[in-house]
Amino acid sequence: MAVKFDIQNLNAWFGSMHVLKNINMKIEENAVTAIIGPSGSGKTTFLRCLNRMHEITPGARVSGKVLFNGINIYDDGVDPVMIRRKIGMVFQKPNPFPMMSIYDNVAVGLKLNGIRDKKILDAAVRRSLELANLWDEVKGALNKSGASLSGGQQQRLCIARALAVEPEVLLMDEPTSALDPIAAAKIEALIRKLAKNYTVVIVTHNMQQAARVSDYTAFFYLGELIEYGPTKQIFENPKHELTKRYITGEFG
Amino acid sequence: MKISQKVFPFFCNLNIKFILQLNHFKGDDIFKLVSALVASSIFLLLGLMVYELVKGSWLSIQTFGLNFIVGTKWDPAVSKVFGALPLILGTLVTSAIALLIGIPISLGVGLALSEYMPKKFGLAVSFLVELLAAVPSVIYGLWGIFVLIPFLRNHVYPYLQTAFGFIPIFSGPIYGGGVLTGGIVLAIMIIPTVSAVMRDLFLTVPNSQREAMIALGATKWETTKTVISYARSGVIGAIILGLARAVGETMAITMVIGNKFQVWPSSLFDAWYTMAAIIANELLEATYDLYISALINVGLVLLFVALIINILARLIVWRTLRFTRGIARE
Repeated sequence: MAVKFDIQNLNAWFGSMHVLKNINMKIEENAVTAIIGPSGSGKTTFLRCLNRMHEITPGARVSGKVLFNGINIYDDGVDPVMIRRKIGMVFQKPNPFPMMSIYDNVAVGLKLNGIRDKKILDAAVRRSLELANLWDEVKGALNKSGASLSGGQQQRLCIARALAVEPEVLLMDEPTSALDPIAAAKIEALIRKLAKNYTVVIVTHNMQQAARVSDYTAFFYLGELIEYGPTKQIFENPKHELTKRYITGEFG
Repeated sequence: MKISQKVFPFFCNLNIKFILQLNHFKGDDIFKLVSALVASSIFLLLGLMVYELVKGSWLSIQTFGLNFIVGTKWDPAVSKVFGALPLILGTLVTSAIALLIGIPISLGVGLALSEYMPKKFGLAVSFLVELLAAVPSVIYGLWGIFVLIPFLRNHVYPYLQTAFGFIPIFSGPIYGGGVLTGGIVLAIMIIPTVSAVMRDLFLTVPNSQREAMIALGATKWETTKTVISYARSGVIGAIILGLARAVGETMAITMVIGNKFQVWPSSLFDAWYTMAAIIANELLEATYDLYISALINVGLVLLFVALIINILARLIVWRTLRFTRGIARE
């Protein structure tokens, strides 16, 4: 399997707070990698370092290397805007654009890339919504506001929006934590489906979810990567004492 | 059992009942009543205002009817004919110029303070901007006469004329005061209020909206456009707020517009008149009933123009909100 991300000596700060400490890990292509760990362990920060979203917070800093397809995204000549077009992101709370129609919510990324051709846009919107398992529910209401959907539908709309620009990677920051179990199950099924063609990195608080959807699992604790390996091994035979205690629910 | 309860069972009962009722009445109901009274006094106030204006202008309405609105003659000395069309046009055109100049600047200031500046700097500038909004309009008028007019007359208008003189609105003699100067002063007056409102609006846009856009690979400017779009119903409201202030502004515009009654000025540099300005200028000189009545009639028209602007604004805001609430477009 090919390596999508090669992360070397990654450190991150918020002001004087050292939130990620010397992370080294490789993320496989076309697989689902879950990031687990208790609150405040740097999971979200780690995710946001992969598409250079961390640095948009005032006072935030990063050091180290993140090689994406072999290119360090923190090199001087690299434009974060271009990086983010290759690496899509889905957030904890569904954040569709309420002032745009469902159609425009999906098409917005393509329009940013200068695509204006109605035929191409139509096809991309349909493809993305189908991929996100949302097409059948909204095909008659593409002109309605993105805010008119239910929470679970909104989250799938956000996934469709991220997929429309055909990224190589999808970063998901606790994508189901704001949803009910049925909506969450739909998103989980979707993640499995996407893993065939996309590299998915998902932060989750829910260990069962990590066990269900991921191929690899990384356990973070207090800003450090404690253990990383195939999900089966992490959950059935953890090597590190902290991992064992976390997945058995001793703390968290 | 206490003696008092034995002796005065009736009174004790009454007392408890009374206290219970009083407590209940004291709380929510009194507040509800008071707030309802205060709220409905707004209707009373507006009603009284319209009533007084109609009563005061009745003579003029009887004499001229609708001709007052379309009439172009204002002759208190000889024929005693009054028509307000030039004043209405003057008010609308100067306000439009004020919006044309003031809104882009306010939008820029609002965005700079909310999106682009460091937080502390933004706060400091916001404070100054809000101070500007508290400057009385007569001060803006004085500043207009002594600073802005000489500056525009000597350093701006001649160049404008050289560059764009072939367009009729930039031709003709330059006095200093006039339509464009009036519009500029109005623009300067609405900028503080409108930009403060816009800044507050943009700050209420959730960060998740910005992050959604950034994560899609949007540039800072593209993200900013999303912020404006998210706040658009409020932005329209802020623009209308500015327009309402410009339409009703009296003192400063009276001091700089030149106060010349004519249907249409020969150029942007020519003098003109507005509804508010003519009331301020002529009410004390009005020597007979029809003259006074005509001036009050101008006030009535001004009130209606302001009302129409506000109703239009409501409609626009309502339309945008209706879409985001999930009802199909068109």
